[in-house]
Amino acid sequence: MTTDQHRSSAAFLFPLLQFLMVAATVYVFFSNKFAPPAAITAAGAAIDHQYDMTLAVTAVAFVLSQLGLAYVVLKYRDHGQKVEFSRGNNTLELLWTTLTAVLFLGLAVLGHSAWASARMFEPSLDAVRVEVTENQFVFNFRYPGPDGKFGRLDPKKIDASLGNPIGLDSTDPAGTDDIVVPTLTVPVNQEVELLMRSQDVIHSFFVRELRLQQDAVPGLIVPVRFKAEKIGHYEVVCTQLCGLGHSQMHTYLDVVSQENFAAFLKNGGQ
Amino acid sequence: MPEAVSDIEEPAVALLDGGGGRPPDPGFGDDGGAGSWRPAGTPQSTYTTGMLVALGGISMFFMALVSASVVHRGMPGSDWVPLHPPSILWVTSALAVASSLTLVRARRMFKAGAESGFSRWWMATAVLGVCFLSGQLLAWRQLVSAGVYLASNPSVGFFYVFTAAHGLHLLGGVIALLWIGWRQSHGWRKSPGISPGTATAVAALYWHFVTGLWLFLFSFFLIGG
Amino acid sequence: MSAHGHTVHVPEAPTGFIRKYVFSTDHKVIGIQYFFLALTSVVVGMLLSVLMRFHLLWPGAKVPFLQGGVMTQAQYLSLVTMHGTMMVFFVLTTAPQAGFGNYFLPIQIGAPDMAFPHLNMLSFWVTFLAFLSLIAAFFVPDGAPISGWTAYTPLSGIGQASGPGEGWGQTMWIVSISLFCLASLLGALNFIATLIDMRAPGMSLMRMPLTCWGWFVTAVLTLLAFGVLLAGGILLFLDRTAGTSFFLPAGLVFTDQLQPHSGGSPLLWQHLFWFFGHPEVYIAILPGMGVASHVLSTFCRKPIFGYKAMVIAMNAIGFLGFVVWGHHMFVSGMSPYSAFAFSVMTMAIGVPSAIKTFNWLGTLWGSKIHFDVPMLFALGFVSLFVSGGLSGLFLAQPAVDNLLHATYYVVAHFHLVMGVASIFGMFAATYFWFPKMFGRMMNPTLGKIHFWFTFVGAYCIFMPMHFLGLSGGIRRYADYTAISYLQPLRPLTMFMTYAAFVTVTAQLIFLFNLFWSLKKGEVAGKNPWNATTLEWITTSPPPHDNFGGQFPSVYRGPYEFNVPGAREDFIPQNLEPSQVAMGAQS
Repeated sequence: MTTDQHRSSAAFLFPLLQFLMVAATVYVFFSNKFAPPAAITAAGAAIDHQYDMTLAVTAVAFVLSQLGLAYVVLKYRDHGQKVEFSRGNNTLELLWTTLTAVLFLGLAVLGHSAWASARMFEPSLDAVRVEVTENQFVFNFRYPGPDGKFGRLDPKKIDASLGNPIGLDSTDPAGTDDIVVPTLTVPVNQEVELLMRSQDVIHSFFVRELRLQQDAVPGLIVPVRFKAEKIGHYEVVCTQLCGLGHSQMHTYLDVVSQENFAAFLKNGGQ
Repeated sequence: MPEAVSDIEEPAVALLDGGGGRPPDPGFGDDGGAGSWRPAGTPQSTYTTGMLVALGGISMFFMALVSASVVHRGMPGSDWVPLHPPSILWVTSALAVASSLTLVRARRMFKAGAESGFSRWWMATAVLGVCFLSGQLLAWRQLVSAGVYLASNPSVGFFYVFTAAHGLHLLGGVIALLWIGWRQSHGWRKSPGISPGTATAVAALYWHFVTGLWLFLFSFFLIGG
Repeated sequence: MSAHGHTVHVPEAPTGFIRKYVFSTDHKVIGIQYFFLALTSVVVGMLLSVLMRFHLLWPGAKVPFLQGGVMTQAQYLSLVTMHGTMMVFFVLTTAPQAGFGNYFLPIQIGAPDMAFPHLNMLSFWVTFLAFLSLIAAFFVPDGAPISGWTAYTPLSGIGQASGPGEGWGQTMWIVSISLFCLASLLGALNFIATLIDMRAPGMSLMRMPLTCWGWFVTAVLTLLAFGVLLAGGILLFLDRTAGTSFFLPAGLVFTDQLQPHSGGSPLLWQHLFWFFGHPEVYIAILPGMGVASHVLSTFCRKPIFGYKAMVIAMNAIGFLGFVVWGHHMFVSGMSPYSAFAFSVMTMAIGVPSAIKTFNWLGTLWGSKIHFDVPMLFALGFVSLFVSGGLSGLFLAQPAVDNLLHATYYVVAHFHLVMGVASIFGMFAATYFWFPKMFGRMMNPTLGKIHFWFTFVGAYCIFMPMHFLGLSGGIRRYADYTAISYLQPLRPLTMFMTYAAFVTVTAQLIFLFNLFWSLKKGEVAGKNPWNATTLEWITTSPPPHDNFGGQFPSVYRGPYEFNVPGAREDFIPQNLEPSQVAMGAQS
């Protein structure tokens, strides 16, 4: 065999590093130093709860296995002992397999409602509908106006320089009252339904405080919904690699009072 | 001696498999029979295994294309216009089936030791394969002259991709048939390597697969491609 | 049959430099060729990532050899794309399987070569051609593609119009990947046929080393997954060059120009890609798991705990790996019901992974650990695999994925499992098998220094990355100045970048050790590690037919260490029962 087996510093250094790594990791994760800003929706809070449960389970698994590894490395370093021969233990195998399966699948099932509430829904009649159009490298938000109907769009009519970035078809009367703006304004405490679409490549829409992320896919209109419970000014970023200007593609979400929102619509988006 | 064996092989500790101690099974590199041709290195059965594995991989490739095609058909608001397969495809399909039949005949001749009979039916298979490919090219010609191109709409796109991919695989089969036919008349390399029997068997496996694949694709086009 | 094995006639060894070292059908030469191809790729890939890290910290700084001096956003994105592509394909899919697998699979099962040696040679050279095609993407007009290694369409499918590098660069990328698919399929064929048909007498499947099981399951995954990527690649190529609309819907507008395509689905590309892409990551890790098991058992002188469970777990991982691909697409616009189904399956795949971890710990329990360099990397593998695997539990849940998708959390996760754990598997394999391949030992002191720097360094780079992601650090951003909330995260980026510089530099120790030891390393005997598997019964390096005409038969499993009643603390697989020395251990 190789030489110098009985005094390897690795036997002590490896467990020490494992311990330090575990301590540092657990500390930073639980200290919330790098937490996202507080969620402003109930759905977001549910997601945070799911995250916390997952963190609890994984933290236990992490600490036990990493420190377990440190322990066996230290204890069973070659210091002249006899090997406790074993080929395995079927009972143990069954036990930890079952335990792991229950834990992991349990987590998956418990997380269902947090997912379903934002994604699996029947359109609600008093949801504020906003169509989100993304393209390289801007966001445009369209409100249907007092008639409650979105006007027809025609890609051939797209001309950003002429002030028609999403191609509103002027021959459709339903579109004359549509409001198209570059930032998203929504009323507080009211259901909002976003209809995500794209004009060129796949983009995405992400607001940390909403805990909501959704790709905008050309050829599809994908609905997502949220109900913001806190007035404020929030950053919206594009998270799907969309080309050269990906890092610059961002806009803002303004959650305003119901009166301010009514005024916003009345003033055509000011 | 037997006690010593069991001492090592089965310690008293609860165990899963890992020990052993059975006498070794007969090894490879020995075709174990009365045959005078003994290959070394790769056993003959391996070529068959290899071909079956290859057919698995090829199937996944075509399954991916088929799934993509099914997705396109089912997409809401899609402009899927089913393609009417050119009528010549009925002819080529018949040619494909015929080529498999001639191949079966050729192999019977081989097993019976009828050299010239084998050669004739084997070559007939290759020729039918070439006729099939010509027919496919004619089908493309017909589509183009009717103004139906690769980019016209998705169903046409898939049609061209399927026929091209299948045709390439069939061409590979034709080349294999020709190579085996040539070897059979000019002599096989001594050892190691593939034996004539294995070569014909493995080539036949591939060929019948390609025929079957065509029949599947053709039906696919007919039911709504 | 002779007492030590049976003789098999094999063809003569080739002579001449070209036949011996260039166009060789010898699986050992081919394995080494793949190994050095992967080594070249990892050096290139690391350099690309160093440039990326450099740019993130100092976007305005001058970079000597770039045209114009300062790195542009397009160049950064092309680095991201090429780094990912090079690492995933030419390092992680090459070294573990095609490199070490080619070299050691035939020997470990007692065979003289792979089933189809000429096909094997063809596989290597097609892979090499694929490598050249990928490198060519840097030098074509407008440079390398910017769509990431995932090449989502329409960004990748429309051609020049969607951005720089999307013309010729993307085309070369598709050519490279398609060639790679072909080569991999041929390789998988070889592996499976060899494993099924060419095992030595007595080498039943359940007596195969776990390294062989790793290569087996990986080969099956390769066979079933790469054909799908090839199909996708062909359709993508046609969309770009022939005006088809497999992945391109109607109404696409670039710089106010309406594109002619119609009827395609961008999500279809994602499904095809990830149907391949998920098994691909298991292709990247399974051989490393096999190596970890093998090295752990060998250096703690105790059988692997639960060999059968390990085999079942590997197969379960392989099988389940095919039904989880949708977890890459939770927010893609896919049905939320499908998302939930994929989530359940993904959590399920955590179970066999956990089993393997428990069994590794069980192997070490009650053992007698020797801290040679291969063992250090195997221990590191376990630690890193646990860290990387557990973060997967967060990403597997679509609700939580809302927050973490496309952030640095994902980047941290896959780098820990693929970029570090898998690489540690390769390091362990290199230090372990170098003596057998080259007849010399690698320097253990340098090896240990390399290990500690890399182990600490890797954690310093990738653990903080989770926090960057959690607080909203978006991936594939060429610069952070536009988003206000990303500015306070700069210290994290700085820490990770400095750690990366140190860790990458430390790899020079490994490279030096590798090349120096080729000529100057201590001469190695047949079995410097007192290991049990068949590669250790032959010379170092092995002769052309692997066993000098004396092919072994196998009488026992692969991890017979410290078996009660045996005098030595290991029993080679090929030793006849009558020849095993009995009595108290010396």
